[in-house]
Amino acid sequence: MNVEPPVRRVYVAGMADGNPEPAASRGAAPGLKPGRAPWAVPGARPLVQFEAVVKRFGGVTAVDRVSLDIYEREFFALLGPSGCGKTTLLRMLAGFEIPTEGRILLDGQDLARVPPHKRPVNMMFQNYALFPHLTVEGNIAFGLRQDGMAKSAIAARVKEMLALVKLEGYGWRKPHQLSGGQRQRVALARALAKRPRVLLLDEPLSALDRKLREETRFELIDLQDNLGLTFVMVTHDQDEAMTLADRIGVMNAGSLAQVAPPAAVYEQPNSRWVADFVGDINLIEGIVASVGLGETVIGARAGGRLRVAQNVEAKPGATVWLALRPEKIQIDTQPPAAFDANCLAGQVADIGYLGDVSHYKVKLDNGLALKVSIANRVRLVERPIGWGDRVWLSFAPEACVVLTQ
Amino acid sequence: MSDTGASGRRSWGARLVILIPALWLTVLFLVPFLIVLKISLSQSVIAQPPYTPTLDLTGGWQAVRDFAAALSFENYKLLGSDWLYIVSYLRSLGIAFAATAILLAIGYPIAYGMARAPRGLQPVLVMAVFLPFLTAFLIRIYAWINILQREGLLNETLLALGLIREPLIWLSTDTAILIGAVYSYLPFMVLPLYASLEKLDDSLLEAAADLGCPAWRAFWLVTVPLSLPGAVAGALLCFIPIVGEFVIPDLLGGSGAQMIGQTLWVEFFSNKDWPVASAVAVVLLVALLAPIVAYQRLQARALGER
Repeated sequence: MNVEPPVRRVYVAGMADGNPEPAASRGAAPGLKPGRAPWAVPGARPLVQFEAVVKRFGGVTAVDRVSLDIYEREFFALLGPSGCGKTTLLRMLAGFEIPTEGRILLDGQDLARVPPHKRPVNMMFQNYALFPHLTVEGNIAFGLRQDGMAKSAIAARVKEMLALVKLEGYGWRKPHQLSGGQRQRVALARALAKRPRVLLLDEPLSALDRKLREETRFELIDLQDNLGLTFVMVTHDQDEAMTLADRIGVMNAGSLAQVAPPAAVYEQPNSRWVADFVGDINLIEGIVASVGLGETVIGARAGGRLRVAQNVEAKPGATVWLALRPEKIQIDTQPPAAFDANCLAGQVADIGYLGDVSHYKVKLDNGLALKVSIANRVRLVERPIGWGDRVWLSFAPEACVVLTQ
Repeated sequence: MSDTGASGRRSWGARLVILIPALWLTVLFLVPFLIVLKISLSQSVIAQPPYTPTLDLTGGWQAVRDFAAALSFENYKLLGSDWLYIVSYLRSLGIAFAATAILLAIGYPIAYGMARAPRGLQPVLVMAVFLPFLTAFLIRIYAWINILQREGLLNETLLALGLIREPLIWLSTDTAILIGAVYSYLPFMVLPLYASLEKLDDSLLEAAADLGCPAWRAFWLVTVPLSLPGAVAGALLCFIPIVGEFVIPDLLGGSGAQMIGQTLWVEFFSNKDWPVASAVAVVLLVALLAPIVAYQRLQARALGER
């Protein structure tokens, strides 16, 4: 698993055709639209509000007291393993499921008594749910016809939507005459045709093959940027959530574990569960030895002292976990001179060569096993580090996060 | 190299697979049809067999020519000129049409209910639709005589409920034929409809609702169009055999006007006029060919969509 902080998002958004904003001004903070973090603005009115929403199916609690605010023009991703309740949450917003407890508000209006066909939200279904008996145009026009829109206006909107998803000339085809990628575009066009207040996307890219999925991600971002719409997406694919979303809501067992921008979820996970679910991580159990000025010293249970550049909200003697991403560890065949602290010696137990990166599993002298991943910057003719080699692992005090829960 | 070998074996096997139905259809359908067609072009005589000419291949080429010269379209002209046959055909088509319409109206809600029933219950319901077949067809029609007669179950029930004062005449009417036909053919309507409704993806109805379509309109815009192949299949499976039905009109219908199956029976067994009976059968087949071809077109289109 190779999860990068979502810098690519900024790069691509800046590359978009006809985008007036230069890339530089958009590159202010990785993962955020520059100057746009409505969730951080006090008093900002959210567009969608989940208030202590509970959903039970029989005796099973699928969603357990979820409170969440989503703001106008935000691209929000609900990320979690299958069965964590993320799809149920989305379906409650669409109106297909009714909350057992709590309220869902859109624009401040309680949606409880609004049936799905009257909600100003549209959904792109996971299997696309295109009407097989209708043409591409018929599918896109379906929602517009329900509104009693004039024929000429419908035709114009359909044409506009076909252009938007680059399917001009495909209007008369039936869904079964399209490729998977084209069907995905039709589903997107159909959901966007009514200009919903919120577009819901249920695993929008999961049915596409890898190459197409990566291309489509960037198109989705451009689309959301250009249309100025609010997107709420459900996904189990963390790469997808990282690249697409402004904020990610990480869900576990019906609850929101963390809601934060992608970089924060990756770099400052708030719990062991989130750290472990998003990306690869090494968790080292330890006891707080001392908390000082911007630095905490932790004694690893297995032995050794580790320094962290962070004030930990824990008293000396408390049990904590040090979370360390594999790519933030340096691996050397000699003891590194620069590191006086956070240096651990061990032996290479396993190597996985993936082309762009290599993963190492290192068995430390203190008994712990750490995962390390190194970008292969030069062409590998001969492995510089082999099985059974004695190595030294080191990491900066800023590279890791201390988790108290 | 091995590829060509494999594909060679496979194409040989594929040919054999096609050969079996082709042989079946040739021996059991095409050959008998050609015999019937030949007889329909002959004339009735009191002899064994009861028609002339007969083809005697021992006579050589001349015999074949004589035989061909003796064939005529006289029987078909008779069918076109005698109102008995025309009325018979029209009546059969009319009754079959009415019965099919009623079957569709009754069968659709049943099939819809079955498709919407809990998954575990559905096989039981399919079994229940089949259940009447466990009793012989003839016995079930005889049972209807009992129900529909003057002192039968139907009149007794209606009298007891106070819905009628005098017993109504059911038996020996067209109503009785329709009741019998609808009862007998219902499974043929319900099962194809159920098969197409059961395949219907629930997310399509959710998509319709999501796009602003209330449930009743989604039924007309999504459910009905997508169950159309099932409805057409069911309608043809009912309509075609009902047109040629003999047992139901013979046992439940009146002695006045006949359905074409009865006319055919009379020609064969009472009048011993095999050529005219054969002509009746050929015309019936041609008349039914149109819906069959329409059905096959639909099937081909449905297959293309898979």
